[in-house]
Amino acid sequence: MCGIVGLHLRDPDLEPRLGDMLTTMLGEMTDRGSDSAGVAVYGNTDWTPPGSATVTVLADGEDAQVLAARVSARLAAAVSGRELGATVLLSAEVDVDALATAVRTAAPEVVLVGLGTELAVLKGVGLPRELAAGFGLPGVSGWQGVGHTRMATESAVTPAGSHPFSVGPDQCIVHNGSFSNHASVRRAMARRDIHCDTLNDTEVAARFVAEQIALGAGIDEALEEMAGVLDGFYTLLVSTAEEFAVVRDPIACKPAVIAETEQYVAMASEYRAMAHLPGIAGAHLYEPEPGRVYHWHR
Amino acid sequence: MSPDQRVRPAHPHVIDVGETGLRETNRALQASDGTGRFLLTDPRGAHALAVGLASPDEVVIDGPTGYYTAGMNDGAHVTVNGNVGVGVAENMMSGTVRVNGSASQSAGATAHGGLLVISGDAGARCGISMKGVDIVVGGSIGHMSCFMGQAGRLVVLGDAGDALGDSLYEVHIYVRGRVASLGADCVEKDLRPEHHAELAELLDRAGVTDVTTDEFRRYGSARTLYTFDVDNAAAY
Repeated sequence: MCGIVGLHLRDPDLEPRLGDMLTTMLGEMTDRGSDSAGVAVYGNTDWTPPGSATVTVLADGEDAQVLAARVSARLAAAVSGRELGATVLLSAEVDVDALATAVRTAAPEVVLVGLGTELAVLKGVGLPRELAAGFGLPGVSGWQGVGHTRMATESAVTPAGSHPFSVGPDQCIVHNGSFSNHASVRRAMARRDIHCDTLNDTEVAARFVAEQIALGAGIDEALEEMAGVLDGFYTLLVSTAEEFAVVRDPIACKPAVIAETEQYVAMASEYRAMAHLPGIAGAHLYEPEPGRVYHWHR
Repeated sequence: MSPDQRVRPAHPHVIDVGETGLRETNRALQASDGTGRFLLTDPRGAHALAVGLASPDEVVIDGPTGYYTAGMNDGAHVTVNGNVGVGVAENMMSGTVRVNGSASQSAGATAHGGLLVISGDAGARCGISMKGVDIVVGGSIGHMSCFMGQAGRLVVLGDAGDALGDSLYEVHIYVRGRVASLGADCVEKDLRPEHHAELAELLDRAGVTDVTTDEFRRYGSARTLYTFDVDNAAAY
């Protein structure tokens, strides 16, 4: 099972309501997976201050301010720390690579679960609605967001095993389904010196897609390449700072519904996650065809 | 829409699904004696709505629904004004289910009887293992449709996806548009006068008026996989 939701706003007037809409979407998908959940929000100026890089980490209970001070000492620049549930956001006015490297060096024990200039990734174990409330999600603004409710099939129920998986700058993947050959693909990637933090199948897909994008592929090419290597049943929602993309496996085993209006593109595992969205009655509603990449640009 | 001759009240009984809840809504429908008219509002994509109805009541659902809408229907006349999720009219025995919108995958799966009409498209595996139901789709259908279809008729006004009628038994398939590919043991057959008559009757019951039976092609089982033959092993 698992449930995925996503919202790509076209109308800036809706941006203050992003978190609220995403919270309801996420809550509606609780029946598809209630062991853990996660969200990613693009363009919230509070969580990802403009002009700064932001890295999201799982710090296993370490105080956010103490962690920020440790990274700040390594970076020789001011780092702000913020704790949201099991996750900590670290921001600094440096480039993304510099901040990520400083985090990895200063605090090798933490798990880096998101990085970018516009992206905040929040994950946790527990009921989706309670986690969203703990993150303060209902009140946040932004221009794009994705979410995931997990029914664990591969890897342990831990915050690190929750989706979204974000391993490239401002990139995210949420996944509904399972990959059957993730172990062999993980081993093949390790030989290319690409290593995973978890035993989760989706992390393999996220790292594969990030590798393709880093090599210069567009999102369509990256997902087509992935479909040729990773086997399984999947609906994937892939987001970047520019794009929002949906793809299903070639026999369309896993559900997906897309709703488009002039105000937004919404995607979910089931329609009921979108039933409350404004203007949904007039939306163009459809299921993506198997094996075809659908994507939208900002 | 009143295929039977029952006398029904002039005004429908309105049930707000959001307020009433799924179980209470289904309970009220299932308790009806067959003369009821119901209007279900605010379905919000709920799963298993209007399932297990065993009397010829009229039910109109105003808005999109989730999985297994009108499943196991035995006699009711259900109309959905909106899209439906996976498995609409699954295992229907009799009655009608009309979808004024599109359907997700496995529409009419394993259904034994009745009529399912979908005005828009149906997804993959439409009519999978159908056992006597008649299905009329105004738009196109997805891949693996009518897989292991055993009895009944499938009419498609648009196109059909890959592997239409794979491992087919006795379903009559009529497609007006393009067929991406035929599945194992499914072949094109002549449209003889009795098939024109059958198709015309189905289109009429479905309320389709603007097409002629000449526009369709008929597909059915070659019956080479009916009984196991080791020479056919590669085709299974």
